[in-house]
Amino acid sequence: MSEPKFKKNPFSLQLDVSKFELATEEEKSQQERMRPSVSFWKDGLRRFRKNKIAMACAIIIVFIALVVIIVPIFYPYSYSQQLGVRPFMPVDDSFNNLAPFTYSTTEQTLRDAGQFVWPHIFGTDDLGRDYFIRILVGTRISLLVGFFASVIVLIIGVIYGSISGYFGGKVDLAMMRVVDIIYALPDMIIIILLSVILRQTLGNLIAGTVLEEIGTGMISIFIVFGLLYWVGMARLIRGEILTIKQQDYVLAARASGAGGKHIIIKHLVPNSVSVIIISACLQIPSAIFTESYLSFLGLGVSIPMPSLGSLASDALGSVFSYPHRLIIPALVICLIVLSFNLFGDGLRDSFDPKLKR
Amino acid sequence: MSKIVKIHDNGLFPTRDNVLYAKDLQPGHFFRKNGEVYEVFGKVDCEIGPEICKFSVSDTKTKVESFMSFAATEVVDFVHLLEVNNLQTTFVVGKEKVKAIDGVTFNLEKGKTIGIVGESGSGKSVTAYSIMQILASNGNIVGGSVKFQGQEMVGADEKFIRTIRGARISIIFQDPMTSLNPVYTIGNQLLEAVKLHTDLDRAEGLEKCIEMLRLVGVNSPEKRMKQYPFEFSGGMLQRVMIAMALICEPDILIADEPTTALDVTIQAQILELMRELQKRMGMAIIIITHDLGVVADMCDEIAVMYGGKLVEKGTAKEIFYKPKHEYTKGLLNSIPKQGTRERLKTIAGSPVDLLNLPKGCRFSPRCASCMKICLEEYPAEMRMSETHSASCWLNVKAAFEKEKEGDGQ
Amino acid sequence: MKKDVVVTSPTVITSPVLEMVVPEDAILVVKHLKQYFPITTGFMKTTQLKAVDDISLFIRKGETLGLVGESGCGKTTVGRSILNLYKPTAGQIFFEGKEIKDKASIQEFRKKAQMVFQDPYSSLDPRMTVADIIGEPLDVHNLYKDKAERKEKIQKLIELVGLSSEHATRYAHEFSGGQRQRIGIARALAVNPQFIVCDEPVSALDVSIQAQIVNTFEDLQKKLGLTYLFIAHDILVVKHISNRIAVMYLGKIVEVAPSDELYDHALHPYTLSLLSAVPIPDPDKMHTRKRIILQGDVPSPLNVPSGCPFRTRCPNATPKCAAEQPQLKEVRPGHFVSCLYVD
Repeated sequence: MSEPKFKKNPFSLQLDVSKFELATEEEKSQQERMRPSVSFWKDGLRRFRKNKIAMACAIIIVFIALVVIIVPIFYPYSYSQQLGVRPFMPVDDSFNNLAPFTYSTTEQTLRDAGQFVWPHIFGTDDLGRDYFIRILVGTRISLLVGFFASVIVLIIGVIYGSISGYFGGKVDLAMMRVVDIIYALPDMIIIILLSVILRQTLGNLIAGTVLEEIGTGMISIFIVFGLLYWVGMARLIRGEILTIKQQDYVLAARASGAGGKHIIIKHLVPNSVSVIIISACLQIPSAIFTESYLSFLGLGVSIPMPSLGSLASDALGSVFSYPHRLIIPALVICLIVLSFNLFGDGLRDSFDPKLKR
Repeated sequence: MSKIVKIHDNGLFPTRDNVLYAKDLQPGHFFRKNGEVYEVFGKVDCEIGPEICKFSVSDTKTKVESFMSFAATEVVDFVHLLEVNNLQTTFVVGKEKVKAIDGVTFNLEKGKTIGIVGESGSGKSVTAYSIMQILASNGNIVGGSVKFQGQEMVGADEKFIRTIRGARISIIFQDPMTSLNPVYTIGNQLLEAVKLHTDLDRAEGLEKCIEMLRLVGVNSPEKRMKQYPFEFSGGMLQRVMIAMALICEPDILIADEPTTALDVTIQAQILELMRELQKRMGMAIIIITHDLGVVADMCDEIAVMYGGKLVEKGTAKEIFYKPKHEYTKGLLNSIPKQGTRERLKTIAGSPVDLLNLPKGCRFSPRCASCMKICLEEYPAEMRMSETHSASCWLNVKAAFEKEKEGDGQ
Repeated sequence: MKKDVVVTSPTVITSPVLEMVVPEDAILVVKHLKQYFPITTGFMKTTQLKAVDDISLFIRKGETLGLVGESGCGKTTVGRSILNLYKPTAGQIFFEGKEIKDKASIQEFRKKAQMVFQDPYSSLDPRMTVADIIGEPLDVHNLYKDKAERKEKIQKLIELVGLSSEHATRYAHEFSGGQRQRIGIARALAVNPQFIVCDEPVSALDVSIQAQIVNTFEDLQKKLGLTYLFIAHDILVVKHISNRIAVMYLGKIVEVAPSDELYDHALHPYTLSLLSAVPIPDPDKMHTRKRIILQGDVPSPLNVPSGCPFRTRCPNATPKCAAEQPQLKEVRPGHFVSCLYVD
């Protein structure tokens, strides 16, 4: 603190008397500067990039997706090719149940002769099929199922939830009761019933088409997702729409004379988009996981199409002799589900407007 | 040696120089003797003569009462009830450090009310939280001192702070709806305060709570004790908050915007209540608000804050009738006055951004009388009277011109 | 106010006791407006929340009517009901002589009457740029021929409210409270309205910014000849900007008078206690002022007291107040009071 009373001239050499003139407007305005404009998306991206775990998961997901798309094209073995079975020759059992990086007798002789044989990275299964490529294709199937199931859930859930939320009142009441009823249905029983029924009825319909390869089990999974699993998303979207409806800017739009369609398109949808994307992202691992355990139970893909769950299921029988055949698909499932979950969490932390600083 | 400064006109308190003659000691004053801080309770007639003054005092730590004598002209080491000196607090926001308050200094005496006035970003709430040491986890006191009855609180042991927090210094917050836990009854929360700070058993504690509720004007307190916060209105809840804060009869009550969330008529009730309780219990009050009307009503002294700095300090009359800082003047002009319909003289610009502080005076970009030096250097603090000080280069300029005039004659 | 006006509907508001003669230059007339909301108070039981209970008022062209009251008195609901943002339970609204009741008249009305909202943070869409926010009313009513004209109109509005043109591409969250409120005002002015309901536009702002926005409102009124319904709880601000003030309590208007008349010669007990409770930034005046401290809390609007709603807190209440409901009476020229004991 400065001295209390000015007895002598306080203006020593430090203070320049000319400084006591009025400052001009430009000098003052130099002090004020607005920070650069950031839109909502850029700001969210910036925060997402700072989240190391989420970034790592994003990279893992992209890597896995690329691998399962590209590698099988160039891979020397196919997922359904039983290596020991060649046309017009007796079955060669030495191809079956190979441990990782070991070779069958036939391949060994080729190697001894100096030829390069692509190794079986994960060995082979009991029918002589290369396990590595089966894992890759299985991952691909799981990812595709997860993705498409999420899309189905997304579409149905968003439409249902936004209608319910927008109209409110009795419409909302009735629609939500339907959701409650669907929530109460036991999904396992319905899936089993459906897959049994569809196997008999659809089986004839799709014979010969590409759908046969996918199998009735898979189709029944999609149908069940479409029937049962959209309710969580619908509830979420409805809640979001209801919250947005309360905001003053929606009232302001109404005061400006805007009608329902304008408000939905211009205000309700853009403000709930981030929530939609995030829940869609978090829906994927849940779908993958569901598909995995359904396939594990034998209700999913039909042979020879592999899926991570069915691979795990097949490996159960020989778990003590060849444990790697169970561990590998299980680990891959864990990795995918964990990555998607952490990625979705990271998205939510970065983009959820409610969590803004 | 420092000048012996005269006692202030209102007759009760000395200036910041802490110099006080023994004969002017009053009940409610604190002083330090032999390393211990004592509180004066009353003046006792002394048999020896008028040159010796005898007082009944009590040791603030041990609460032991005794008598002490001084020579009438003996200089007493005066201690303020609360002495805040150059307090600085920073918050860590992301990667940046924001200095929320930078050099806040004021004193508070027993039975007095000081108002801290400012707008958003001025740092007034942060000051209160720093005193009570209830800052958020990313906030830290980085400088200065806070002395309660002579004992330093900044950097002190958490155990010591807890004996003061809630018991000797209490705080009530702005929004009573969110300051009380909605899942516990009012009685439960009141008893919690009692249990933490007193040795009363449950029955006695219950009685004290009921008595406290009655004191703050809550009807049928026994029934109300069993009710939950949602069953109370805003004004009632604020009364309950006051009851909770006063249950241990603290020496200082800090009220952080206590009536901002309330209607005007309820606000009048609450302020009236606080005034009565102050008279009855003799505590000091720090009111933090942006409402100049409230401080005009309640406060003896007012401190005006802007951008984390305390820009002007003085008695209520000095601040309202003779403001010496452009921001204070601007604030007073912004309030519609009775009788005239003319256009309000406003302060241009927007409140200061703490992440983007100007180099010199923080108010300079918005000041109509801004000078070049205002943009470069933070103004030196000048004292206009024993109680009135402000940090503005215009005052320095005026003093300089007065000196020149005086020299010229 | 002219008393000798031709008495034909809709210029006379009549009720058993109230006779309020509406002047010729009244641009907005509200007759016996009621707004009730059904609230579920128990299983299968609903009570009517009488937010607005039989209100009549008029506003002249170019004047500002202030509406004050505490929380729960219904003033915000009045503003929204007048603009038909809530469909009134009963009553009539007349704008420029025409009744606003069907879809067509409401849509027309939306171009002539607008609203400025209280909360600067929730009244602007966080995903839209300033230009889009201000341009939305233009889009809804198709008030431009091409993009260039739209841009030009938006620029003019931005400058009109005191912002700079470089702000047009920024987002709402980058601005301070006062600036956001200006954006809200610009949006309200986009359709070139004649009447604006200002719903507590300065309550959420700092004191120094409040003064700026109040000045902006006054300047715009002078410049564009606007009529305001200014709703607020800060009586000093309302008195400054309004020509006349109406005081509300629990859904009813208890007193209407010109601003100075109300402030100096208020007659209703509630107005008197409200005025004495308002803190004035003047220590001498505060210490010498006579205070009327009301006891108790405001009753819940679900449970309005019978007769005069203020009787539970009124220092002059008598048993008659519980039995009889007072009506607005003109006790002095232009000064209406609703109390059984004020003449």
